[in-house]
Amino acid sequence: MSKETSLHGVHQDLGALFTDFAGWSMPVRYASELAEHKAVREAVGLFDLSHMAEIHVRGAQAADVLDHALVGNLSGLKPGRARYTMICDAEGGVLDDLVVYRLADEEYLVVANAGNADVVAEALAERVRGFDAVVDNRSEATALIAVQGPKAADVLAAVTDADLAALKYYASVPAVVKGHEVLLARTGYTGEDGFELFVAAAEAPALWGILTEAGEPHGLIPCGLACRDTLRLEAGMPLYGNELSRALNPFAAGLGRVVKFEKPGDFVGRAALEELAKAEVPRVRVGLRGAGRRAPRRGYRLLSEEAEVGEVTSGALSPTLGYPIAMAYVDRAYAEPGTRLSVDIRGKIEPVEVVGLPFYSRA
Amino acid sequence: MSVPENLSYTKEHEWLSVADGVATVGITAFAAESLGDIVFVQLPAAGDQVTAGEVFGEVESTKSVSELYSPVSGEVVEANETTRDSPEIVNSDPYTEGWLVKVRLTGDVPELLDATAYAAFTQEG
Repeated sequence: MSKETSLHGVHQDLGALFTDFAGWSMPVRYASELAEHKAVREAVGLFDLSHMAEIHVRGAQAADVLDHALVGNLSGLKPGRARYTMICDAEGGVLDDLVVYRLADEEYLVVANAGNADVVAEALAERVRGFDAVVDNRSEATALIAVQGPKAADVLAAVTDADLAALKYYASVPAVVKGHEVLLARTGYTGEDGFELFVAAAEAPALWGILTEAGEPHGLIPCGLACRDTLRLEAGMPLYGNELSRALNPFAAGLGRVVKFEKPGDFVGRAALEELAKAEVPRVRVGLRGAGRRAPRRGYRLLSEEAEVGEVTSGALSPTLGYPIAMAYVDRAYAEPGTRLSVDIRGKIEPVEVVGLPFYSRA
Repeated sequence: MSVPENLSYTKEHEWLSVADGVATVGITAFAAESLGDIVFVQLPAAGDQVTAGEVFGEVESTKSVSELYSPVSGEVVEANETTRDSPEIVNSDPYTEGWLVKVRLTGDVPELLDATAYAAFTQEG
């Protein structure tokens, strides 16, 4: 039995098509995923992301415990700011990629992927031992709504007095939206400007209604997970389970910059990651551009001449660009942009070219 | 979901109409809706042979790839060229402008579902 978010009834009323995602019944799309994708690129879209995990870490040593538990320098994060980081195991394998918000000197919010919620909560609960801090998993009680797109700020401006101009990318501020207390964050996973609103689960349906109404003049439509995936792919953002896994470390994923060796103290995975940082990564994460309309998809083999040199991790016909795009891991020797490879698309060999990431960035 | 009365249906969600020994084949509105926005259609060429129960093409949506199974055997007399440049027509008009292939039958038409039976089949989920 899949779990349902507090917005499930709202989605049903909107005629959403549901899919099981990480044990949650989530809207995959409402009508057309291409229309939803386009709305986010050109206007604004509304997403229910309540399946994501919200884990608070509080206490005098909240900063210290996160420096110990995660690969990033979280004590160096200013209150009100957020950072993309990872939690690794002792071998350097990626348990999850995270966005961490510093809410106050002694309080952080760790947002984990739905599929890794338990893994992250358990790892944090274990790693907090010996520190003067508590881990408080608020996932059940917290809903998350994202407003994404070039018109997102216009929508929010109509319903909150929060100073949006002062709210930087990767920052958050407590705000009131038509009487509802939210944590308003300028973050997202679409490659567009946008906001994520953390709110008490019980208040999410009312908040959804407020945002829908405020968004109507700006072309806001509800958006499902299908377009979220094509949006993040165009933006070159990794997806845990596709581009990231426990079998990969941050360096192998091309995300070594998130590992902050210079931070004080030991952290889980440090010794292993120091070794991995010195080693040459055998396969590198790259972007691919295809010809025609047939998309390389997850699991498809990449070939140079006859030899297998890599594997696709995510791919789609880009709705914005109009040609097939994919992310893949390829042998280092074939990772230079401009390298021409082939992809085995269900037995048909199609040409692809290695290109830089992201595929799309907003103007 | 629309299920026109005048067509026959397979459990693989294809529809079929036969006139003068030529079957026109497409996918149902139910199938198109389930797939999501169709972005690519691969069809056989005129002159190709298709065999009942075997794959004759593919439809790709943003998220998935589905093989098309021919409900009949015969020779393709025409493939719908419109789906090459405008695959979305399969979503918007699956029963008329979004047809896929016309096949000159060489064998018998297999037993198919009528509209009522197909509608019931899709509701069983």
